[in-house]
Amino acid sequence: MAISTTAGHAPHEHGKPAGLWRWLAATNHKDIGSMYLWFAFIMFLSGGVMALGIRAELFQPGLQFWQPELFNQLTTLHGLVMVFGAIMPAFTGLANWLLPLMIGAPDMAFARMNNWSFWLLPPAALLLLISFFVPGGAASAGWTLYAPLSTQMGMGMDLTIFAIHILGVSSIMGSINIIVTILNLRAPGMTMMKMPMFAWASLITAYLIIAVMPVLAGVVTMVLTDRHFGTHFFNAAGGGDPVMYQHIFWFFGHPEVYIMALPAFGIVSHIIPTFSRKPLFGYTSMVYATSSIAVLSFMVWAHHMFTTGMPATAQLFFMYATMLIAVPTGVKVFNWIGTMWQGAMSFETPMLFAVGFVCLFTVGGLSGVTLSVAAVDIQLQDTYYVVAHFHYVLVAGALFSLFAAIYYWFPKMTGKMYSEPLGKFHFWWSMIWFNVTFFPMHFLGLAGMPRRIPDYALQFTDFNLVASVGAFCFGLGQLIFLYNMLRSIRRGEPAPHKPWEGAETLEWQIPTPAPYHSFVEAPHVEAGENGVIRSLTGGAHH
Amino acid sequence: MSGKRILLSMLGGVGMAHAAEFNFQPPASPVAHQIYDLHTLLLLITVTIFVVVFGVMFYAILRHRKSLGRQAKLFHENITVEIIWTVIPFLILVGMAWPATRAVLAQKGSRAEEMTIKITGYQWKWRYDYLDDGIGFMSHLATPAEAQRGAAAKGAHYLLEVDEPLVVPTGKKVRLLLTANDVIHSWWVPALGVKQDAVPGFVRDTWFQADRPGVYRGQCAELCGKDHGYMPIVVDARSPQDYAIWLAARKKLAAASADDPNKVWALADLKARGEKVYQQNCVACHQASGKGIPGAFPALDGSPMVTKDKPAHIDIVLNGSKKNPAMAAWGKQLSDTDIAAVITYERNAWGNHTGEVVQPKDIKAARGGKA
Ligand code: HEM
Ligand SMILES: [Cu+2]
Repeated sequence: MAISTTAGHAPHEHGKPAGLWRWLAATNHKDIGSMYLWFAFIMFLSGGVMALGIRAELFQPGLQFWQPELFNQLTTLHGLVMVFGAIMPAFTGLANWLLPLMIGAPDMAFARMNNWSFWLLPPAALLLLISFFVPGGAASAGWTLYAPLSTQMGMGMDLTIFAIHILGVSSIMGSINIIVTILNLRAPGMTMMKMPMFAWASLITAYLIIAVMPVLAGVVTMVLTDRHFGTHFFNAAGGGDPVMYQHIFWFFGHPEVYIMALPAFGIVSHIIPTFSRKPLFGYTSMVYATSSIAVLSFMVWAHHMFTTGMPATAQLFFMYATMLIAVPTGVKVFNWIGTMWQGAMSFETPMLFAVGFVCLFTVGGLSGVTLSVAAVDIQLQDTYYVVAHFHYVLVAGALFSLFAAIYYWFPKMTGKMYSEPLGKFHFWWSMIWFNVTFFPMHFLGLAGMPRRIPDYALQFTDFNLVASVGAFCFGLGQLIFLYNMLRSIRRGEPAPHKPWEGAETLEWQIPTPAPYHSFVEAPHVEAGENGVIRSLTGGAHH
Repeated sequence: MSGKRILLSMLGGVGMAHAAEFNFQPPASPVAHQIYDLHTLLLLITVTIFVVVFGVMFYAILRHRKSLGRQAKLFHENITVEIIWTVIPFLILVGMAWPATRAVLAQKGSRAEEMTIKITGYQWKWRYDYLDDGIGFMSHLATPAEAQRGAAAKGAHYLLEVDEPLVVPTGKKVRLLLTANDVIHSWWVPALGVKQDAVPGFVRDTWFQADRPGVYRGQCAELCGKDHGYMPIVVDARSPQDYAIWLAARKKLAAASADDPNKVWALADLKARGEKVYQQNCVACHQASGKGIPGAFPALDGSPMVTKDKPAHIDIVLNGSKKNPAMAAWGKQLSDTDIAAVITYERNAWGNHTGEVVQPKDIKAARGGKA
C-alpha cells in the first residue's frame, strides 16, 4: 500500500506553525479538534464541580451550604455548561479530528471558519461563568429557561442569552463544515452507503443542529425583547402565552437530546465491531434507524409538556409518536448485540465503555418508554425520575461514548498508548459510582421528590445520601482519566500503526500518530460496507 | 451525620427504607389507582425486555470471547431477524398503547364535577377559592425557618406542612381550575394522581376524587423561583359530614374577620397585624431582620424609602418594583387593611421609628389613583 511510504522519509511537517500562533490561528483539523476536546473537558470539570455543589447541598435535608437562589443557579449552569460546553463541543472536536481521516480528505472543507467556530467558544464560556458574579447572580430558571420566570431574572440572564447566541453560531458553523466536508471531500470510491457510521451520525447530527439552533436562538431572543423592549411574547397580560415558550423551546430541545445521542451511536458502532472482530451487524438498518430517529425527534417535543394542560388528542398524538422512537432505538441496540454475537470479543478500555454505554443507555431507554406514557408521565414529570432517566442517556450515553472514543483513537491521535490498567480502573470506577449516583434517583422520583429543590422532606433522606456519596466518588474518578491522558501523552509507550486487531476503517491506514497533513492527495478506496477498507491506492500525505 | 449512619445507608440502608420509598405513594383516587396499575404493567414489560436483552448480551459477552479461543463468525446481515426485531417491539408498544390511552382519557375527564375550586399559584404560596361557597384563603409553608437551618428539630412532615390545608369531601368529584399570578407553578399531589401546571393569564382544569379520608401531601412541581422548594400542598380529605362542619365554621370565620375598610386603626394594633403579614409574605426575601440579602434583596431597615418617602413606599408594595420583578405587586394579593398594616409595620420596626400610621383608606386612595 502506497500509504505507508511516509515511514521512509523523515517527518518534515512543513507548513506547521509553531508556538502560541499554531493554536490561535489554527486551521488544521487535528489542532482544532484537540482544542475542542480540551475545551470540552475543562467545561466538563466545571459543570461537574457545579453538580457536586448541588449534591453537597442535597446530602442531607436542611440548608447547609447555599442559599436557595445560588442552588438554582448551580442547577441551571450545570445543565447549560454540560450540554453546550461539554458534550456538544466534544462531539464537534471528535468530528474535526476524525472525519477527514475517515473519509480520506486533506482537512475540513472550511479550515478558516473552523478556527472561528472554535474561538467563539471560550468567550461564551466566560460569559456563563462570570454571570455568577454579576448583581443578582447567574441565570436560575433551569437550563430550559422557561418564561415568564426567565423574564424575572437579573442581568445574569442577559449574559446567558448572549452566551447561547454565541454558542449557537459556533455550533452552526461547525455543522456546516461537517456537512460540506462529508458531502464533498470523500475520497473516490467511498460512496455514502460505504461511509463509516461515525460519519453518518455526524452528518445527521449536523443537519439537526442547523435545523434547531436557530429555533433556540429565536426563543431566547424573544425572552430578551420581553425583558428589555416591552414585547409580550410570553406575557398573557400583553397578549402573549407562556406555554408558547415551551413549545418553541422543546421544538429545539427534543432534537437537542438526539444531537447529544446520535454521535454516540456512531462511535460505538465503530468500537463494538473492532473488539468483536466482526463487521457491524445491519449497517444499512443502522443508517435508516439513525435517520428515522432524527426525523421522529421533530415530532415529539410536546412530551415534555404533558402537564401544561393540552387536550387529550394532543396528549395521545405525542404519546404515540414518542413510543414509536423506541422502535429504531431498539433496532440499534439489537444490531450492536448482533455484532457481538458469535464474535471473538476482547475487552480493552474502549470496548468496556462501549458495552457500558449499551447497557446503561438501554436502562435509560426503558425508563424513557415509561415516561412516554402520558398518564404515567403526569406523576413523573419534573421529579428525580426524569433526572435519573436523562442522566442514564446523557452521562452513560454521551459521556461514556466520548470516553470510549478518546481511549479508542488516543493512539492514532498522539502516537502513544494510554495505560490500560488505569483505563480499566477508570471504567469500573465510573460504572459503579454512576449507578450508585443515579439509580436511586428513580426511587426518589417515584416516591415524589420534585427536581430542582434545594431541600427536601425526610422520607427522601436515605437515597439522597447514597446519590451524593456516589456523585463525589464518580467525580473523583474523572481525575484518573485526566491523569492517564496527561501521563500517556508525555511518556506513554509508542503506539503501533494499528493498535486494535479488528479496526478496519480508513483512519487506521495512515501512520501513527496521524501526520500533521492528512491526505494531500485523495486516496482511492475500495470500501466495503460500514467503511471497512477493502483496498486502497494512492493517497499521499506528508 | 455519623460515619456509621452513612455506611449503614450505603450498605443495608436501602433495605431499611420503607417499601413505600421504592414506588409511587399509595394511591387514593380513581385516577391515581389507574396510574399505579399502568406503571406496574410498564415496569413488568420493561423489566422483562431488560432481562431478555441483557441475558443475550451477557451470554455473548461471557462465551464469545477471544480469550476462550473463539473465532469470529463474519456474518453481518440477516433480513429475517432484523424484521422480527423491528416488528416485535412495535407490537409490544401497541399493546402498551391501549391501556395508556384509556388512562389518558380518564385523566382528562373533568366534566360532571360536584364542586369547583380555583387554585392560584403565587411566588411562593397557593391560594384556594371555593367557587361554590364563596370562601377562599392562602396556604403557606408552616415549617419554621429554624428547622431548615438546623437550629430546630425537623418534624415528621418537614417541608410538607402548611398553615391552611385544602379541605375537601371524600367521594366527590372536585374540579380544579388553575392559574397563577406571576410565573408557572404546578400543583401536584401524588396520592391523588394530579399534576397540573398553573399558567399565569390562563385557566387550566383537572380533577380528582379522594377515595377515603386522609391527609395527602404534595409540592409545587415547576421551578418557580428561589422558594420553589418551599411551596407544599396539603389536601385534607374529610367525610362529607365532617366537611360540612368544617365549611360552616370556615364561613362563619370569614364573615367575622372581614375588615371594615373605613376603620381607623391605632398604631400598635396595625403594627401587630402588619408583623404577621410580613412574616407570611415578605421575610422570604427581606428577612425577619429587615436586612434583606445584600446584592439580591434590599434592606428595609434604615432604607430611605421606608423611613421617608411614604408615597413611594405605598406604591412599591401595591404595584411592585419597576426595576426588579422579584418584588411582586402585592395589591393583587392582599387587602387594603393588610397592606396598610404591613407598611405601618415596616415604618416602625427594627431601627425604623417614624411613628407614622398608614390607614386602610390611604391604600384605597392610592389604588384609586392608579386605576
Ligand atoms: C458527572 C456527574 C453528574 C452529576 C453528579 C450530575 C448531577 C446532576 C444533578 C444533581 C442535577 C439536578 C437535578 C435537579 O435538581 O433537577 C443535574 C441536572 C442536570 N444535568 Fe447533571 N450531573 C452530571 C453530569 C451531567 C452530564 C454529563 C450532563 C450532560 C449533558 C448533565 C446534564 C444535566 C442537565 C441538562 C440537568 C438539568 C438542569 C436543570 O434542571 O435545568 N449532567 N445533574
Ligand atoms: Cu411554585
